[in-house]
Amino acid sequence: MKIDASKPLEYSTEENSNKIFGFWVFLGAEIPLFATLFTVYFVMVNRFADGPSGPELFEIGPVLAETFLLLTSSFTIGLAVHAMRLGYKKATLVFMGITLLMGLAFIGIEIDEFFTYVHEGATLQTSGFLSSLFVLLGTHGAHVSFGFLWGVAIMIQLWREGISPATANKTFIFSLFWHFLDVVWIFIFSFVYLKGLM
Amino acid sequence: MDLEKFKVHGEPLIYGAMISIALATIGILVGLTYFKKWGYLWREWLTTVDHKRIGVMYIIAALLMLFRGGVDAMMMRLQTAAPEMKFLDAQHYNEVFTTHGLIMILFMAMPFIIGLMNVIIPLQIGARDVAFPRLNAISFWLFFMGAMLLNISFVIGGSPDAGWSAYFPLASLEFSPTVGNNYYSLALQISGIGTLMTGVNFIVTILKMRAPGMTLMKMPMFTWSVLITNIIIVFAFPVLTVALALMMFDRLFGSQFFTMANGGMDMLWANLFWVWGHPEVYIVILPAFGIYSEIIATFSKKNLYGYTSMVFSMVIISLLSFVVWAHHFYTMGQGVMVNSFFSITTMAIAVPTGVKIFNWLFTLRKGRITFTTPMLYTLAFIPIFTIGGVTGVMLAMASADYQYHNTMFLVAHFHYVLIPGAVFAVIAGFHYWFPKVFGFRLNDRIGKHAFWWIAISFNVTFFPMFFLGLMGMTRRTYTYSEESGFGPLNMLSFVGAVGLAIGFVILVYNIYWSTRYAPRDTTGDPWDGRTLEWATHSPIPAYNFAVIPKVESRDPFWESKRKNIPLYEDKITKIHLPNNTGKPFILGVIFFFLGFFLVFSMWIPAIVAGVGIIIMLAVMSFERDHGFYISAEEVAATEKKLRGETV
Repeated sequence: MKIDASKPLEYSTEENSNKIFGFWVFLGAEIPLFATLFTVYFVMVNRFADGPSGPELFEIGPVLAETFLLLTSSFTIGLAVHAMRLGYKKATLVFMGITLLMGLAFIGIEIDEFFTYVHEGATLQTSGFLSSLFVLLGTHGAHVSFGFLWGVAIMIQLWREGISPATANKTFIFSLFWHFLDVVWIFIFSFVYLKGLM
Repeated sequence: MDLEKFKVHGEPLIYGAMISIALATIGILVGLTYFKKWGYLWREWLTTVDHKRIGVMYIIAALLMLFRGGVDAMMMRLQTAAPEMKFLDAQHYNEVFTTHGLIMILFMAMPFIIGLMNVIIPLQIGARDVAFPRLNAISFWLFFMGAMLLNISFVIGGSPDAGWSAYFPLASLEFSPTVGNNYYSLALQISGIGTLMTGVNFIVTILKMRAPGMTLMKMPMFTWSVLITNIIIVFAFPVLTVALALMMFDRLFGSQFFTMANGGMDMLWANLFWVWGHPEVYIVILPAFGIYSEIIATFSKKNLYGYTSMVFSMVIISLLSFVVWAHHFYTMGQGVMVNSFFSITTMAIAVPTGVKIFNWLFTLRKGRITFTTPMLYTLAFIPIFTIGGVTGVMLAMASADYQYHNTMFLVAHFHYVLIPGAVFAVIAGFHYWFPKVFGFRLNDRIGKHAFWWIAISFNVTFFPMFFLGLMGMTRRTYTYSEESGFGPLNMLSFVGAVGLAIGFVILVYNIYWSTRYAPRDTTGDPWDGRTLEWATHSPIPAYNFAVIPKVESRDPFWESKRKNIPLYEDKITKIHLPNNTGKPFILGVIFFFLGFFLVFSMWIPAIVAGVGIIIMLAVMSFERDHGFYISAEEVAATEKKLRGETV
């Protein structure tokens, strides 16, 4: 494998650089995926039938906590990639660990929120509005959960092998994924919750 | 466990299908064991990551599906051949037209095209493989398992029966209570994920792995068409993913997306389906345009006329393909403004398509044309596809469409577009590139026999449908009365369908005959080709090119032959290749079981399968497989051998 020392470690082989580009293309496919889910939500937002509407359901507290956690975790994964580029294995692992813990806390709050909704009689089966809400939030939450498992796998590899072209590449691609989830959340926060609370 | 829901009741035909599936399975298992081919199958095919072998597997699967879909078509034509036929009942007829559409589009046309892409694209751009060989294997196995899942629906639980477009509320649990539409949502989902991964893979391959000197505007036209197609895949397939997921939620978990009460909206499905569905038409047609461009240039011995306008018209088609979807349901009440908008965008597609037709005609003009089998399919495509296009413009007029909507006129139109636009193209491409992969040409005389049977019978089958539609015969009706007067034209159509079947049997016979008797091609360039795939040996060595070629023009191999420009300047060095792996196949099998368990709402096994998938992904993430090297001496020896020199 040819290693090009003039590039950052995660880009240093042709295969690695292709993987990063390929992941950008994949994120390009994630955009229409979430765009479709948002469209479905906007179509359904006023079709709450006999169930509760958005303003009756949403509470700002947990949502702010989720937002705070996810936005901060986007910052810490940035720090992890920065530490990785400087070659600090331990710092990389610590920042990644913090990122994943915040992701886990986010998932926890979201699950709790789902339980609260269901407890209030707002289920997937209640109305078109709630179906679309649960599936939109659930798809994002499933991405975060998958990201958590993926991140743990990468941390184990980093811990075992140190920072190599392969692990650096994986860490960097993971950071792209994590940032993307953050961007999606900003849309959910603005157009689902804030708009729904108004 | 309630075993009752697995059973399909009723017809002797279904029992016949069950017995034939069982016999075929036993036959394959016994055959593999008897000829001791299990190891060969596993080592050379099931675990392969070689783009050429994956391409061949795609094409074999597509041919099998062509015959499955073809049998469906024959059954439909037989059932409607005369008034009040009793060959199929209404339910069975519904299942047959649904699976015919699904299989022909998603499990025949798409994989055939993806198969040709796999074989040819790395060769045309002078690369050693696709960007992600292992992902490519995953794509194939997901497609294949999705296809198998849909096929077993016929004998286990019942096939989808709400049309290939599965409109709600008909496809909802309330009106389609069998598991058929569960199969629909899960089988399409699994193979759709595979297709999406193919899209990512080929975009990276084409943008990042071209031979030095091959700028974007020097790419062969087939490569251009594939690049644009894959961009459409990446933007359109996620919409299908969402639509199918919502369908699954509605049917399995009682959500209210497309229901009639509780705020659901059935038209949402129609919109989501066609936002994917119309670009899908271009996903199968644009590569076909690319194939035709290659064939016309090769067999006219001229460079392609209007290369730049060809590229731009494809780009414009790809953009327009996303803004025409509502023309599939003008009559469903979205109002004058919306219908006018979609009417205009739809008619606008005729402009870039027309540009392409004229470019092909100008390429033919004053060319030294040789009438080979692939060229015959290409030449037949132009007038037949034009009929399809013109009737398309007729249908595009929203106000006129109220007359044609859901009649046999529509059925005739889209067969006139898709059969010359996709089926003729893949058959032409199959004949054209066959010698590259297998090292011998298919017999031209038998090939032309098959061509004339197919081309003539196609028109006999589908032209009467235009008139049937105008007479008022609606599509998807399983029978009609004698007084309607539809009988004679339907009988004519059935006769054509028999002719088509004969044509395809001759085509398959040609493969058999040529494998046994056709002279082997030692040049690697049997057609006097123009692009890089002809510059390597046939059959193709595992590493494709001993030395990566240097490209200076749009037809590099042609120029190098005519002007004696050397393509290969570097010395042979060691070549890196990826190792084979069985994991993509295993992953595909687990996906198959996940799909199957979800179809029957068997939650615990489904969760086990889901966990299995996550474990497989983790195993693949932890694996460090750096592939292997072929030494320079070994490459040189292989090259000598392929050139026919003694080592």
